[in-house]
Amino acid sequence: MKILVCISKTPDTTAKIAFTDNNTKFDESGVQWIINPYDEWYALVRAIELKEADASTVINLVTVAGADADPIIRKALALGGDEAIRVNANSHDSFYIASQIADVAKQGGYDLILTGKETIDYNGSSIGGMVAELLDQPFISLAAKLELAGTKATLTREIEGGEEVCEADLPLVVSAQKGMAEARIPNMRGIMAARTKPLKVVEPVAADSLTTVAGFDLPPAKAGVKLVDPENVDELVRLLHEEAKAI
Amino acid sequence: MSVLIFIDAAEGQVKKSSLEAMTYGAKIAEQLNVAAEGVVLGNVTEDLAALGKYGVKKIHQVSNDELKNLDAQVYANVIAQVAEASGATVIVFSNSMDGKAIAPRLSARMKAGLVAGAVALPDTSNGFTVKKSVFSGKAFANISVATPVKIISLSPNAYKTVAGEGTAEVVAFAATVDAPKVKVTSVNKASGEVPLTEAEIVVSAGRGLKGPENWGMVEELAKLLHAATACSRPVADADWRPHNEHVGQTGFAIAPNLYIAIGISGAIQDLAGVNRSKVIVVINKDPEAPFFKAADYGIVGDAFEVVPKLIESIKKLKGVA
Repeated sequence: MKILVCISKTPDTTAKIAFTDNNTKFDESGVQWIINPYDEWYALVRAIELKEADASTVINLVTVAGADADPIIRKALALGGDEAIRVNANSHDSFYIASQIADVAKQGGYDLILTGKETIDYNGSSIGGMVAELLDQPFISLAAKLELAGTKATLTREIEGGEEVCEADLPLVVSAQKGMAEARIPNMRGIMAARTKPLKVVEPVAADSLTTVAGFDLPPAKAGVKLVDPENVDELVRLLHEEAKAI
Repeated sequence: MSVLIFIDAAEGQVKKSSLEAMTYGAKIAEQLNVAAEGVVLGNVTEDLAALGKYGVKKIHQVSNDELKNLDAQVYANVIAQVAEASGATVIVFSNSMDGKAIAPRLSARMKAGLVAGAVALPDTSNGFTVKKSVFSGKAFANISVATPVKIISLSPNAYKTVAGEGTAEVVAFAATVDAPKVKVTSVNKASGEVPLTEAEIVVSAGRGLKGPENWGMVEELAKLLHAATACSRPVADADWRPHNEHVGQTGFAIAPNLYIAIGISGAIQDLAGVNRSKVIVVINKDPEAPFFKAADYGIVGDAFEVVPKLIESIKKLKGVA
């Protein structure tokens, strides 16, 4: 069994979101970078669990980023990836990134490709579906459970107001979300081992970018909270009804 | 040429998020001076012609038993066929769970630039630029799309449904439908509850409620307001509430008209994912709770005293005994 886990470098969840260069660039000053939580907590850890159940499993990691992503790749290797491939390109276009991952996937011949359900920066939720289309493989989005039996996968995916259980044969692309696995922290042995695990840097293949980021906006600041006396809850209901027209 | 809108139906009924997508797509069609058309997959019992009131002139229906359940690969293939036949230059989805499965595939298939999570109409004054939510609701990005066909996934609750007059012409579309490779074996839906991502009003509670046994009043308040219930991450992690109620940075991103946060401190991770809510009410006994900074209305007080009073007061307003 060969598994490819797609990881992305994102700002920490508590990072201050600000922009520079006339609101065209994300302000990276002072930002801590992490592995996108969905990629790490759910996609990668589930892959590690599958390897724990079947020691012959190989886990490869792929990311499309510059060298500044190497620390987060090392962390993913410390958690339990076997080998990492970094496609040396910086892009904010999902199709360009998906094209690079699809190319790595074609060369590696993977049984299963896992991504997080979305990145916490661009919230596109697009890479998994695009990679699946480029590889002509089935795609299960927003999966909260994944079990394997031979070449058959059984998954639980989120739908509006509930969930559904479905089955598909490998090879398969899955986007993972909460429920799939529990977050782990790397242990010392993993951190030591990660130093010598292969991190291969490859140059990107030619691919189109379909979109560009023209700029960013921050939401308008709130006018400030209107506090209502806890003894006068009727006043809150009146405000919500008459002023905010929300109820 | 057309703007083609994917009309998503569950159990034969068109979803609310698709009504928003139709209203939004019809507005884009008006902007571009082309026709708004819809595409429906599967056997839908609802009166499709009546959807004309949301601005679609024509609806392509692909009836086929293989389309009963979602296989994104099969769906994307069929939608691409309809899009080509109708000469679609813009394809609109709701950025719902199904939209997230299908739109990226279609984007790669048609090499059509995708904006996922749009919150406003495209700016067509100079090219084609769409505003979308990024950084879990903490900012917006303006995405330019230069490909001949553009795909937009509209954030749920970001565009108000407008029903006018009109009927749509419903035509059967003969598409090549592949056999699905994904087999759905069971569906488990909480019936009668308002789906969280579609809800107009959401009542959410956090650790301030002290234990799962105290959720009765939250549920009562939600029921009274026809609202969905939600919770903060620690509450979901402690298994006080199911994970599918968790909103925030790593849970669901929602944008209801009214979000009532009870006993949630409002750490930055709580705010992400809910800060696009139009009106935020915070009830917390700690006046220093950061959530008050993001709130429109607040009550500094004990949830166990305030919420029952709130229920009584809303009952009075609604004339419920």
